[in-house]
Amino acid sequence: MDRYQFKPKSKVREFIGEKLIALTALAALIGIVLIFVFIFKESIPIFVDKATQEEVTIDRMVFKQTFYEDEDAKWIWQPNSDIPKYSLMPLFIGTLKAAIIAMLFATPLGVMAAIYTSEFASKRTKEIIKPVIELLAGIPSVVLGFFALIVLATFLQNAFGLTFRLNALNAGLALGITIIPVIFTISEDAMTAVPQSLRDAAIALGANPWQVSFTMVLPAAMPGIAAGIVLGFGRAIGETMIVLMASGNAAISSLSFTDSIRTFSATIAAELAEVVFGSPHYSVLFLIGTLLFVFTFLTNLSGDIILTKLRERLQGRMS
Amino acid sequence: MKRMKTLFALGVIFALALTLTLVPAMAQGSGKPGTITVKGSDTLVRLGQRWAEEYMKKKPGLVVQVSGGGTGTGIAALLNKSTDVCQASRDMEKKEYAMAEQKGVKPVRHSVALDGIAIFLHKDNPIQVLTLGQLKDIYTAKITNWKELGGPDKRIIIYSRENNSGTYGFFKEHVLLGRDFAPEAQTLPGTASVVNAVGKDLYGIGYGGIAWESNVKHLSVKKDDASPAIEPTLTTITDGSYPIARELYWFFNGQPTGEVKAFLNWALSEEGQKVAESVDYIPLPKDMAAKNMIP
Repeated sequence: MDRYQFKPKSKVREFIGEKLIALTALAALIGIVLIFVFIFKESIPIFVDKATQEEVTIDRMVFKQTFYEDEDAKWIWQPNSDIPKYSLMPLFIGTLKAAIIAMLFATPLGVMAAIYTSEFASKRTKEIIKPVIELLAGIPSVVLGFFALIVLATFLQNAFGLTFRLNALNAGLALGITIIPVIFTISEDAMTAVPQSLRDAAIALGANPWQVSFTMVLPAAMPGIAAGIVLGFGRAIGETMIVLMASGNAAISSLSFTDSIRTFSATIAAELAEVVFGSPHYSVLFLIGTLLFVFTFLTNLSGDIILTKLRERLQGRMS
Repeated sequence: MKRMKTLFALGVIFALALTLTLVPAMAQGSGKPGTITVKGSDTLVRLGQRWAEEYMKKKPGLVVQVSGGGTGTGIAALLNKSTDVCQASRDMEKKEYAMAEQKGVKPVRHSVALDGIAIFLHKDNPIQVLTLGQLKDIYTAKITNWKELGGPDKRIIIYSRENNSGTYGFFKEHVLLGRDFAPEAQTLPGTASVVNAVGKDLYGIGYGGIAWESNVKHLSVKKDDASPAIEPTLTTITDGSYPIARELYWFFNGQPTGEVKAFLNWALSEEGQKVAESVDYIPLPKDMAAKNMIP
């Protein structure tokens, strides 16, 4: 047993080592706070600066506006215009549409794959399926975007006779591919964590594997699945490259899933490079960045809280 | 175990040291002697690269770095003094001139080539001619169906460029006469993407420099109903009869000297303009080229 005992040679060395490691952990935290402060700071002129407010106010970003006398009030995103128009609604609708399609596509696939892997697959199959699905998460999003732009878009247009080649459906499906591993991994972990004793009890009462999976494991792991969905949704909102390439980037406010869309993240990526430093347009882009930051932060936080609760509950049952 | 702990500590220290040395190194940026940086318009980037290649062959030891990103990006770089040459497919806006003055930058403009904005259609689209007015109506969504122009009963899919593009700015000013693009216009990141998209879309329409053709057809354009239909070619753009033509510019901070001046004069020389023609840009008429050189 002697070799498992640690005897620090010097207290000073241990002290320095510990502090250094604490510093690295703290660096990530400080980094996040600083990033948020910086992003938010750049959007402050919208709230306080008079000159900026002449061009853009919260009101004008949210409500329909009339810009030309011969037209009705509309939501329009046209920041580079004689009359700049900064309505965030078309972008918001676009972002939500892409994320919803991605979730509708990825949730059933991810959850079903998780049920199969944790309940039905043999150990050997499981060892193949799990890493392969998790490998999906490693595909660079620009590659997926490229695939959606060239292959998927043409296929969808020919298959469904769509008017727009690049549209919300196309972007949403490609986005879904990046979400599947998120939902799959977390759901699968939650299902595997359901104690074997519960399964044994159900089988002892005469349930078949199908009933065990759907009436026992699935409800018990539901919070984990919910956490996976929430985290996946956060990812779908923030993902940039795929929507930039595959969505058509037209800021249309419509409910149709086959219209082109322009999302928050793609708008920042496309416009921040050319924007005049300190202009109202610049502030609005940073406000969008703040919104995205807050939103993904909240989804990640709630996902984490659900997971912690689940872990406590399952452990509580076991004892 | 002890070895692992030491290794880990070493790793942490190494990572910290690396960060500390890399950060100042990355902050330095360009500005080395013997290097000319060229940045800006995506329309001009191919020409810039060809010029750079030819010129570097003539002047061994000199490095010319060319990158795109859009006219807006190039102008921003010029104002931040991070490029020697800004390639632009439109003039600078009043707002940008004001920004330059604020930052102590004196933009100087030289024309380096001509370009016509071609209207792209799918090869199988029956439409051959449109007027400027019809183009404006299409791009502002007053006309939304090919039927209204004598084509098939199909919705017109309009392709446009991101708003940092000089081509976008020029088209908006000269064809849309300042009005906004329809929100339905799909924005793509470069002329190459527009050509690619229209080539795949039977009912699409796009616009961009005439140097790109590949798998789309160039439409003939009429100034108004009464004028003749003009096809965008070398001759019609040089003599000014094609209605959507423009000059392409290089901007400098102050009148260029030394290496940069020599590069400009060479690009405007007969040899440089031949290079432009070889990659499908329109060379400047001789007197115009001479006027833009620096003695």
